[in-house]
Amino acid sequence: MVNRVIVGAHYGMGSWLAQRVTAVIMAVYTLVLGFVLIEEGPFDYAEWQELFAGGWMRVATLLFAASLAWHAWVGMRDIWMDYVKPDALRLALQVLTVLLLAGYLGWAVQVLWR
Amino acid sequence: MANAALKRRRPKYLSLAALLFQIRLPLPGKVSILHRISGALLVFPLAAWLLYLLDQSLVSEEGFNHIRDHYLQSPLAKAGLLVFIWAYCHHFCAGIRFLLLDINQGIELQAARASAALVLVVSLALTAYFGYRLW
Repeated sequence: MVNRVIVGAHYGMGSWLAQRVTAVIMAVYTLVLGFVLIEEGPFDYAEWQELFAGGWMRVATLLFAASLAWHAWVGMRDIWMDYVKPDALRLALQVLTVLLLAGYLGWAVQVLWR
Repeated sequence: MANAALKRRRPKYLSLAALLFQIRLPLPGKVSILHRISGALLVFPLAAWLLYLLDQSLVSEEGFNHIRDHYLQSPLAKAGLLVFIWAYCHHFCAGIRFLLLDINQGIELQAARASAALVLVVSLALTAYFGYRLW
């Protein structure tokens, strides 16, 4: 006899946890960057470019952007699931959201590694 | 049948006007819906706009100077930045509150109400502070 649980606990647990872990990553990045901007600013162009050209800064910013995309995906999917009832429209909006977030990520990579 | 009159009004469908003006959300509810609204605003259009600003400011010195000396000097851009700052600060503060609630910190009614008020006040104060620095 196959004993499979169709409904029950921990469906969505992964998304829920991912949203919180990415939130913490972004919060730390925000505090560090905010501190740097307030302490070191105002910047001229050379300093501004140097700030984002640093290896650590690039990796940290990419990590932030990836966290943002994942975090926003979970959040936007929650919003669509809560408010948009027609399946076709909800699916379309979810696909658009994925495309938008993937586009942001690609754009961020382009901006950082130019 | 005292219940009949009541029952006839069921189910009650909520209009947008009712949601906006009739239903009084408690403070934690307000923080929650604002967290959602600010999150949606940050995804679109604010993230796209900020990426555009970062892109232009890093691509060349002319781009940087244009953004700093012209683009961001317009009242519309400053208003946009103010909206971004509020949305980010609110989402940040409310998010930290939710993380604490997740690990069962401050879940008693009084504490939850107080932290909700604190989130609203702190995010508005931060917005005012950064807005002041912006101008």
